[in-house]
Amino acid sequence: MKFIVCCVPCATKINSGFIEIMVKKGIYSSKKIKALVVFTLLMAFNIFIIKAETKEIASSAGKTDSIKTEKDEDISAFILHHIADSHEWHFWGKDENKVVLPLPVILWSNGNLITFLSNKHEDESGKIIFNEKGSNLVNYDGKYYYPLKEKNADGAFVKVDENNIPINEKPFDISITKNVVSLFISVFVLLLIFGSVSKSYKTRIGKAPKGLQSVLEPFILFVRDDIAKPQLGIKYERFMPYLLTLFFFVWVNNLLGLIPIFPGGANITGNIAVTMMLALCTFLITTVNANKNYWKHVFNTPGVPWWLKLPLPIMPAVEFIGVLARPIALMIRLFANITAGHILILSLLGLIVILKSVFIAGFSIPFVIFISLIELLVGFLQAFIFTILSALFIGLAVEEEHAH
Amino acid sequence: MLIILSINPLVSPDPGLFIWSAVAFLILLFVLRKMAWKPITEALTERENFIEDSLNKAEAAKEEMALLVKKNDDLLKQARAERDLILQEAKKIKDQMIADAKSTAAKEGARMIEQAKLEINNQKAIAMADIKNQVSTLSLDIAEKVLRKQFEDHKKQEELVGELLKEVTLN
Repeated sequence: MKFIVCCVPCATKINSGFIEIMVKKGIYSSKKIKALVVFTLLMAFNIFIIKAETKEIASSAGKTDSIKTEKDEDISAFILHHIADSHEWHFWGKDENKVVLPLPVILWSNGNLITFLSNKHEDESGKIIFNEKGSNLVNYDGKYYYPLKEKNADGAFVKVDENNIPINEKPFDISITKNVVSLFISVFVLLLIFGSVSKSYKTRIGKAPKGLQSVLEPFILFVRDDIAKPQLGIKYERFMPYLLTLFFFVWVNNLLGLIPIFPGGANITGNIAVTMMLALCTFLITTVNANKNYWKHVFNTPGVPWWLKLPLPIMPAVEFIGVLARPIALMIRLFANITAGHILILSLLGLIVILKSVFIAGFSIPFVIFISLIELLVGFLQAFIFTILSALFIGLAVEEEHAH
Repeated sequence: MLIILSINPLVSPDPGLFIWSAVAFLILLFVLRKMAWKPITEALTERENFIEDSLNKAEAAKEEMALLVKKNDDLLKQARAERDLILQEAKKIKDQMIADAKSTAAKEGARMIEQAKLEINNQKAIAMADIKNQVSTLSLDIAEKVLRKQFEDHKKQEELVGELLKEVTLN
């Protein structure tokens, strides 16, 4: 996070410099004008989207503006709802007027596979018990639980803890949720992009890169020359496919998360299950490929006094915690950075509703645009950091012994 | 750990999403590895090798060129030197020839003069002999004529014969 904070002034400088250059040279070259127009349209589009979102917040907040704390809670619930996963893809509107894409729900319950579309049991109050393939279920807050026998004070068949999370038993949920669909879209996009790029590499053997190929080649070379080679040395080639896939997967999903409308908008890399999966992949690759030297460093660290190892294995314990902490840090870093960005943008927009003044938009919206641009940078930066740290950890595991 | 994670739904990993993301990511990894990363990295390495090779070749060609130029220069220099040498030799030969011709001509001249002199002497001798003959013939003729005149009368002849006979009796 510190790194990002340092980067913020840097990025603004780069951005303002970029715009300045575009304006200065734009008059003289049509290509620059084109770029400028695209940039302006992008900005206008962004503002339009932001306005639409603000309206949405306003409408959701407008219902309960009698008590201030209630409204605040509503805003934070709205923000959390926006960055969380969902069984439907919500486009716009509320209640009866809402436009959503219902997604398939797949539950594993007592040896039965239950499947239905999410719009079949839309009521999220938890008051309606429905039966699917012999299992009684209840939808509470968009999640499916086994109902309790008694209703609670609100009339729902659930019992919630102090964080408002039901403590009911629930079936194993492997639904195609919004995040899963978005994940598939990103995989499809990646396959499309790199299918075409690899085709151009096959058809243009020995020639200079062209089109999409020339756009992506610097990034492929960046992963190879600035991430894999310095961290992994001569063994880099074996891990290139993983590192390249990781880098582009995280980056594309970060960028898709920044698009507020349909193909994007899901908060994939800001979801801890996804980052956990990615961190686990790095951890598994590290552990599987680790050589004798690595385990020796963990359990019998050379150059450390013996009394740190015997009789109390302090050093091995510390090292072992380190081994586990690395993937956990990876997981949390990506999750926290991307989620924080989303929360920041939504909070700035929520400010307009909380302060009940349209003039706040004059402050909020430029700030949101600014943060969005920063998020573009962060999206790349986090993909880079995740990849370089993965490479570093793998590098530590495959490193040969050398004199200290 | 799990207790901490279950505080907020935001930080509690959803197993369904975990499974789907793992499936999606692994499929992506394997498909891209086969379909994209292998040909791309191979093409990149190949191109880099090609560029490096080409640069090396260009460097070698440059060196060869320099060598060739140097060789050419050397050849030119050598040719010039040879030409100079040939010219010099030719000049020498020419001088020699002129000198030889001169000396031969002088010798020939001298020999011809000598021969001419000899011929002249011969001719002179022949002429002298001829002249002597003619002089003797002429003198004999004259003598004959004189004698004939002297011995036209008979008395004188008898006188001479008498005289001659006298001389013979004396002996």
